[in-house]
Amino acid sequence: MNPMIRALEAELVSTLDREGEGQKGEPVTFGSGDKIRVHELIADVSQEGKERIQFFEGVVLQIKGSGTSKTFTVRKESFGIGVEKIFPIYSPKIKKIEVIEKGKVRRARPFYLRRQHAK
Amino acid sequence: MGMGLLGRKVGMMQWFDAQGKGLAATVIQAEPNIVTQIKTPESDGYSALQLGFEKAKEQRINQPHKGHFKKSNLEPRKHLKEFRLEDVSSYKIGQEVNVGIFEPGETIRASGMSKGKGFHGVMRRHGFAGGFKTHGSDAHRRPGGIGTIRASGKVFKGKPMPGRMGYDRITVRGLTVLKADPERNLLVVKGAVPGPRGCLVELSKDA
Repeated sequence: MNPMIRALEAELVSTLDREGEGQKGEPVTFGSGDKIRVHELIADVSQEGKERIQFFEGVVLQIKGSGTSKTFTVRKESFGIGVEKIFPIYSPKIKKIEVIEKGKVRRARPFYLRRQHAK
Repeated sequence: MGMGLLGRKVGMMQWFDAQGKGLAATVIQAEPNIVTQIKTPESDGYSALQLGFEKAKEQRINQPHKGHFKKSNLEPRKHLKEFRLEDVSSYKIGQEVNVGIFEPGETIRASGMSKGKGFHGVMRRHGFAGGFKTHGSDAHRRPGGIGTIRASGKVFKGKPMPGRMGYDRITVRGLTVLKADPERNLLVVKGAVPGPRGCLVELSKDA
């Protein structure tokens, strides 16, 4: 990666306004298999023009990419149906990432969790 | 065409705008260009600014170019490019022009030579449909007929045929400037700019 692009990416990350883990350009401190809660700013449909925080709580399945395009996948079970959501780590829409439980997985991409019931 | 600049493509990255939307962005580095010649209606019949980009070694410059730079007492540059301007009175020979001429939010156009793709057939080069793959067809990726039988008796000039693809001059219009940093000579624009990393890019204001 070109050093100029790396510098620009670091600047973009440092402008992030985020609480807790992974704030202000620090490396993100969660890993695959961890149970995390993502606080995401979304448009509020009930009140036009307003925004509210929505949580997404689940297990990290993978962390992928580099620079500002780095993403992570979170999986949760919602009413018996598995739901996976991919977040860009450095999205300004993500206000906070909380680690609820450190995971006990032995691989970087624990996709086997998809086949396990009742996580 | 408005005021412009020569630069080099650094590469692409992901950018986030004020709404938190992820954008594909191209980073361009443009060391300050210098004004090498000012053309005026009196002397040249039109007004324009000639800019020089990237210092060149004395021995790499041919005699006609050497003379051109000697006339205005400037260090030789590798690349020269003329930009047509209505009013050139505010510029002086030898003056530096940097990415500060562009402001975030405005749209610019970028020209460059696209990546060379080598020799390609009509399907890839011109988007032909090709022939059937099966049903006894033996014209899988062929162009089909290339002319009339008797009516013209020839194949028209410019007929799309296989050949070298890419390395054409491409201009992209309407690129939004996301960041202009004159200190580091960096420009970030939304979208893609023709050519590989490190290629020469001509930037100009989108009129």
